[in-house]
Amino acid sequence: MDKSEIKAFIAKRVAKELHDGDVVNLGIGLPDLVPNYLPEGVKVTLQAELGIVNTAPAGLYQEADPFHVVNASGKSAGIAPGGAFIDSATSFGLIRGGHVQATILGGLEVDEEGSLSNWIIPGKKMPGMGGAMDLLVGAENVIVAMEHTAKGAPKILKKCKLPYTAVHCITKIITEMGVMNVTDKGLELVEINPEFTVEEVQAATEATLIISPNLKSMID
Amino acid sequence: MPKFISIKEAVDLIPEGSTIMVGGFVGCGSPLELCKALGLSGKKHFTIIANDGGCGPGYGGPVDDYYGNAWIIANHGADRVIMTHVGILPEIGEQNLKEGTLTVDLIPQGTLAEMVRAGGYGLGGVLTPTGVGTLVEDSPFCLGKQTIDGKDYLLMKPIRADFALIGGTKCDKAGNVWYKGTTRNFNPLMAMAADTVICEPEEIVEVGEIEPENVHVYGICVDYVCK
Repeated sequence: MDKSEIKAFIAKRVAKELHDGDVVNLGIGLPDLVPNYLPEGVKVTLQAELGIVNTAPAGLYQEADPFHVVNASGKSAGIAPGGAFIDSATSFGLIRGGHVQATILGGLEVDEEGSLSNWIIPGKKMPGMGGAMDLLVGAENVIVAMEHTAKGAPKILKKCKLPYTAVHCITKIITEMGVMNVTDKGLELVEINPEFTVEEVQAATEATLIISPNLKSMID
Repeated sequence: MPKFISIKEAVDLIPEGSTIMVGGFVGCGSPLELCKALGLSGKKHFTIIANDGGCGPGYGGPVDDYYGNAWIIANHGADRVIMTHVGILPEIGEQNLKEGTLTVDLIPQGTLAEMVRAGGYGLGGVLTPTGVGTLVEDSPFCLGKQTIDGKDYLLMKPIRADFALIGGTKCDKAGNVWYKGTTRNFNPLMAMAADTVICEPEEIVEVGEIEPENVHVYGICVDYVCK
């Protein structure tokens, strides 16, 4: 798989985690692709941090108005019928207050304690946390959707080395190699891409994986 | 009633070294001409409180130029920024990490919104679960951790400014402001949290054109409207 195929593969699997009626916040990049793969009969409401309830997925809105309607990157966005525009305090009230069922975002590092780092590389890069820290503490399901490694170097660690975005917050990690649930005992591999063996997935992962006795294929 | 003034008169009101809040999100909803004029005025040493630093040429924003408070930062007008995200404007990283001329305080977005709200609503602080166990605990705006009913929260200080510079889609002659789309963001919060509030609307309309139910910033909070 090339990079765009890997992203589409992960997004397709993530889409299966969403339930009809869920309110969902999507991070920038790979998570943005998830709405394209929602199973039939599943409709979700997308929430955008800068103040849209029910955004229209990219490509599905009529008129672009980049001066008045943008997404978290400051690029054109749209609103779906029945949606609302809100201010920043209300937007994060929805996020922190448990009104968002799922947040899907990428990570630089995740660890077996369910912690995530994705906002700063000290001394080199300090983009900032934006809304990520709030999103991680507020949602029922926090799904990290990312490539399994960074050019072969493990991103799923025993303990994050970079400063945390939030601790003990992730519920599930989905990569092109498999699906891992965060449990009290560590990361449990519950699904695997049949292109890889369990040994190969473990070799690409610094954390020790617990292999589910009911390990399934990621592909139906 | 607000006073109606020119952009230049608005710039003249703002002394060097002031703490200014700037509404907007990557420039969306920012007072665009006021930011540009303030940046080009050469005034320096501002502390800017805003979601982000706007964007610059090559980013792919609505205009291929500096946009929003990027005008102030790119002209080295700020000594300190208190923001949630600074990655979109490379000048911030350069002035902070390479030149060492700019102090950057990063605050989670929902926390900054509530700190501004607390500042404007007369509250003594904000308790939020966001940032527990992270570097936010070391922020000068964090007063420590509190456990309430078994859950940990950070106590964050309220924040206010000398000036709030806000945008607006329509502003009526009583100073009431209405925001289209996502331009609202931090603007109504900041309009409550500064000693002097200056609004730069896209359009000035007659009283009554904005229905009372649709007023997002109340005229009693706006000191000046510039155009």
